Amino acid sequence: MGVHRCRRCEADSVIYMRQHRLALCDIHFMEWVEEMTLGFIRKHRMFEPEDRVLVAVSGGKDSLSLWRILLKLGYQADGLYVDLGIDEGGSYSKRSGEHAKKFAGEIPPEAKLHVLDLADIYGKTVPEMASRRKGGRRKLCSVCGLVKRHEMNRAARELGYTVLATGHNLDDEAAVLFGNVLRWEAEYLVRQSPVLPADDIGLVKRAKPLARFYERETAAYAIVGNIDYILDECPFSTGATSLRLKEVLNSMENSSPGTKLSFYFSFLRAKENNIFPGYDRPELSPCEKCGQATGAGGLCAFCRLI
Amino acid sequence: MIKVIFKDTEREIQGNITIRELITGLGLNPQSVLALRDGKLVNNETRLGNEGEIRLISVISGG
Repeated sequence: MGVHRCRRCEADSVIYMRQHRLALCDIHFMEWVEEMTLGFIRKHRMFEPEDRVLVAVSGGKDSLSLWRILLKLGYQADGLYVDLGIDEGGSYSKRSGEHAKKFAGEIPPEAKLHVLDLADIYGKTVPEMASRRKGGRRKLCSVCGLVKRHEMNRAARELGYTVLATGHNLDDEAAVLFGNVLRWEAEYLVRQSPVLPADDIGLVKRAKPLARFYERETAAYAIVGNIDYILDECPFSTGATSLRLKEVLNSMENSSPGTKLSFYFSFLRAKENNIFPGYDRPELSPCEKCGQATGAGGLCAFCRLI
Repeated sequence: MIKVIFKDTEREIQGNITIRELITGLGLNPQSVLALRDGKLVNNETRLGNEGEIRLISVISGG
C-alpha cells in the first residue's frame, strides 16, 4: 500500500506519518487521531466521562483540535479563553479570542466557553505586568507562562472543574524535555508528565491528551477538520528558545524518523523505572492571598507580580 | 511552473517534483510545514506536475 494510499481504505492519502509508517486519508486520519487520543487518555488515567474537563483554548490549532476531539469522544469539556491583552501592533489576543469564540459558536451549545479578561480583572495586560519586572523579552514570556498557569488553575477551581486540559503536543513536550536535559534540570525533569495530579492545596489535575502527536499532526487534524484557527504566532515568540529547540529536533527527525517519538516516550519509561531517584517536590504551602500552592512561603509568584 | 505560497511570499518553481522535494528545496523542514492544494491537505510524497498552486502552512508554534 505504501505512502500514497490510505492504510484503512485505499483512498488517496492526505498524510504519511513516517515515524509510524502510516498513510491515511482525511476521514481515517481524523478517526486515528481520535482513537489514539482516547487510548492515551485511558492509559494515563487522565479523566473519565463523568469528570468536568476545562480545556485551555488559545484560538490555536492544538487547543481547538483538542476541544473538538474531547467533545467527539463524549467527554464533558468546556473551554477557557484567557485574554492576555497582547494587542499592540497586530491585535494578536483580540484575533485569538475571535477564533476561540467562533469555534465555540459551532460546537454543541452545552459546551461553554468561559472568557477571562486579565485587563478587566487586574487592570493590567500581560505586557503591562511584565513591564514591572527587569529583563528583556524573555521575562515577558516567563510572566505570561506564570499568569496563564495561575489563572487557568484559579478558573478551574472556582468553576468546579476537576481537570484542566491543555493542547500541548509532542513537539512541545520534546522541546521542553530537550531544554531541561541540556541543563540537567532534574527537578523539572522529574515533574514532566502528560498528566499531573491535583494536590491538596488547590492545584487542579492537569492533562495533556495530545502529547503523543507531532505538531504537524495536530495541524493536519485542524485543517482536515475545517477548524478555523489563528495562523499567526504570538508576536513575542520570535527567536524563542522553544522554537530553536524544535528546529534542532525536527532536523534530527527529518534524518531519522521517529527521533522525537522515541526521545519523549523513552524518557517517560525511564522515569517509570525511577531514573531520577531522590528528587522530591519541595514543600508547598497555600499563598497568603489567593490560596494556590507556592514553594516560597508567603505570597505566590503571581500575587507578588500583580 | 508551480506557484508556491508561503507566509507572505509567492514564488514560481520548476515542477515535476514531489512535495517533499519542493519543501526541502525552499530550505524548509517537512516537519514544520503542511502543503495544501485547492485548500486540501496533500501528502508530502505526492508528485506534482508542472502547473498549479501549492500553499505551505507553517505548523510550529512558539508558545
